[in-house]
Amino acid sequence: MSTHASPTFIRPLREAGVTFVLALIVFGPISGLVLDGYSIEPHLGRPLLIASIVAAGRLLFGVLEQTPFGQKLLARNARKASGGVTVARGDEYKLLYFVVPLVIAIGVTLPFVANKYWLGNLILALIYVLLGLGLNIVVGLAGLLDLGFVAFYAVGAYFLALGAQYLDIGFWTALVCAPMLAACFGAVLGFPVLRMHGDYLAIVTLGFGEIIRLVLNNWLDFTGGPNGASVPAPTIFGLEFSRIAKQGGTPFHEFFGLEYSSDYKLMFTYLVLLVVVLLMVRFLTKLRQMPMGRAWEALREDEIACRSLGINHVIVKLSAFMMGAMTGGLAGVFFATYQGFVNPTSFNFFESALILAIVVLGGLGSTLGVIIAALVLTLLPEVLREFADYRVLAFGALMVLMMIWRPRGLIRPKRPHFAPEV
Amino acid sequence: MDWHILGQQLVNGLTLGSIYGLIAIGYTMVYGIIGMINFAHGDVYMISAYLTAISLAVLSAFGVESVPFAIVVTLGLTMFITGVYGWSIERVAYRPLRGSTRLAPLISAIGISLLLQNYVQVAQGARNQGIPSLIDGVFRVGNDKDFVQMTHVQLLIVIASFGAMAGLTWLIQRTSLGRQCRATQQDRHMAEILGINTDRIISTVFVIGAAMAAIAGTLVTLNYGSFDFFVGFVTGIKAFTAAVLGGIGSLPGAMLGGILLGLFESLFSGFVNTDYKDVFSFSVLVLVLIFRPSGLLGRPEVEKV
Repeated sequence: MSTHASPTFIRPLREAGVTFVLALIVFGPISGLVLDGYSIEPHLGRPLLIASIVAAGRLLFGVLEQTPFGQKLLARNARKASGGVTVARGDEYKLLYFVVPLVIAIGVTLPFVANKYWLGNLILALIYVLLGLGLNIVVGLAGLLDLGFVAFYAVGAYFLALGAQYLDIGFWTALVCAPMLAACFGAVLGFPVLRMHGDYLAIVTLGFGEIIRLVLNNWLDFTGGPNGASVPAPTIFGLEFSRIAKQGGTPFHEFFGLEYSSDYKLMFTYLVLLVVVLLMVRFLTKLRQMPMGRAWEALREDEIACRSLGINHVIVKLSAFMMGAMTGGLAGVFFATYQGFVNPTSFNFFESALILAIVVLGGLGSTLGVIIAALVLTLLPEVLREFADYRVLAFGALMVLMMIWRPRGLIRPKRPHFAPEV
Repeated sequence: MDWHILGQQLVNGLTLGSIYGLIAIGYTMVYGIIGMINFAHGDVYMISAYLTAISLAVLSAFGVESVPFAIVVTLGLTMFITGVYGWSIERVAYRPLRGSTRLAPLISAIGISLLLQNYVQVAQGARNQGIPSLIDGVFRVGNDKDFVQMTHVQLLIVIASFGAMAGLTWLIQRTSLGRQCRATQQDRHMAEILGINTDRIISTVFVIGAAMAAIAGTLVTLNYGSFDFFVGFVTGIKAFTAAVLGGIGSLPGAMLGGILLGLFESLFSGFVNTDYKDVFSFSVLVLVLIFRPSGLLGRPEVEKV
């Protein structure tokens, strides 16, 4: 097709017409006729509006792709969306020496300036960063679609809650043991499934996520069922972050002679979480340069080639799956501590979908992208409260659009520089 | 063991199993032809349940009294609109991703699934919806205390499912369209060389799958009368389990797997525990994948380079 031919409107118009009719059929009944008991409440304007928007969009695209400007855009997008990665040159590290201390400094000062509401949101955002990083290992690096990631998150959270109840363990014990337990769950689930074709893993993990939630919901004697279980306040060097310490302990605020405030607990949780997230980022960056990390990415790109080169695909996939599960368990401990209470509704499928949306929007495999996406997707809805109903709708649409336009994420992935660091 | 409980659970299981089988057809055909798990299929089923209730309500608002007529019209309308859903989803979310990474269509399907659920939630409200019971009457065997009963709706479900399955088998085995479907399933590239419009065949498969889910959605809504925007999720996983159990890619396998899963689940909830019946079904999925990934009637998968 010649670039300079003047755009024709006949074909786009016809396509837009067809689109309009189809959109009317698709959106008409569900959005136009609202069920009200056994009768119908008509809202006939809504499907017309939706269909008009869809058809107008189709017309716009139809015309735009004929103009030189549109073709340039298409070519640019095709270039960006195509495979391949940019190899880091190595001098990016100079910038990092400046940026990393700045980020840490901002991260550490934030809890002392933010109010209680925003501190809570920041903790949640960091928990999602952790979850995103964990799922990113599984989906982004190893290319295994895990739709039940929330199960490992639940294992971590419930380990702290039930461990405190039955075994009298505390925050720090859980911080070490819960990730290990979650990794064991990952191994038990992953080992049989990872031997098979990759797509099955998605549906098995989806089922597993539901199993965990149903068991937590139905096993009343052990987990407390839908009523959930309470989580004790964390401690630091034996000082409790609660108003009154139990059995001879000293509360944090009494020891330092401060007024009691629940902010101390939040600040403490935030700071520990920040340290864990920073360590995790460092760990992942290093891991991607090591043979294990590179084997993950190689296996994602071409499994058969990897196997014929002698990589044990089951072990490599299992290591990624367990590593992801471990991070999920870690995030669960923080979530339980922050809430002071856990119940099964926090671990439903939408939670898994939200974490997946974070990884997909951040760009599969990009650590920086995942961190930004987690912060944006958790903090933005707090600002845009009035659109809360449309949140999941937007996530779904964004996932489809991302896969079509930028399957490798908004930020082009960079392969780490392999030359020795000087 | 009480024979009447066993008999009752077998009847319930057969009904439930026919439904799983109908939905499983959508998974198995799509997997057979383009090798992807269509996660949005369960939500297409959910959409058809809403369409059924809307259509019945509209018909009753226009003063249609005859129940059989209303059901036939509703079934036809639901199948048509749900078919358009199937076509549009394939066109918008999956076709642009042919030849993309392996993960892309799966993630896109999850996106569509979320989109459909939330769209229905926003448009129709999050509350439970329902329809009045239209068909009454039961067949009953046994004395007053111990009996096995099959409601007329359950009988309708079994007959309609087997009818739909027979029609589909005829379509696939005997017609030109069916031959083209089978050719595309065996070797898409070769089929294209032989002059088959494979894009059109893939679209057709999505439409057929959606229409089968629509039959299931209408029948289930007539039977239980209550649903919400989240019903597609669990039913979808179970139907997929049925497809895997029967051998994914195999049409008779989907129906066999569906009925077996329905029977297992009914017997489990009748004799063991109702709370854990979903856990049981998901465990069946995991066990089948571990011990017999090719299912009962499927062929083992060969990886081609």
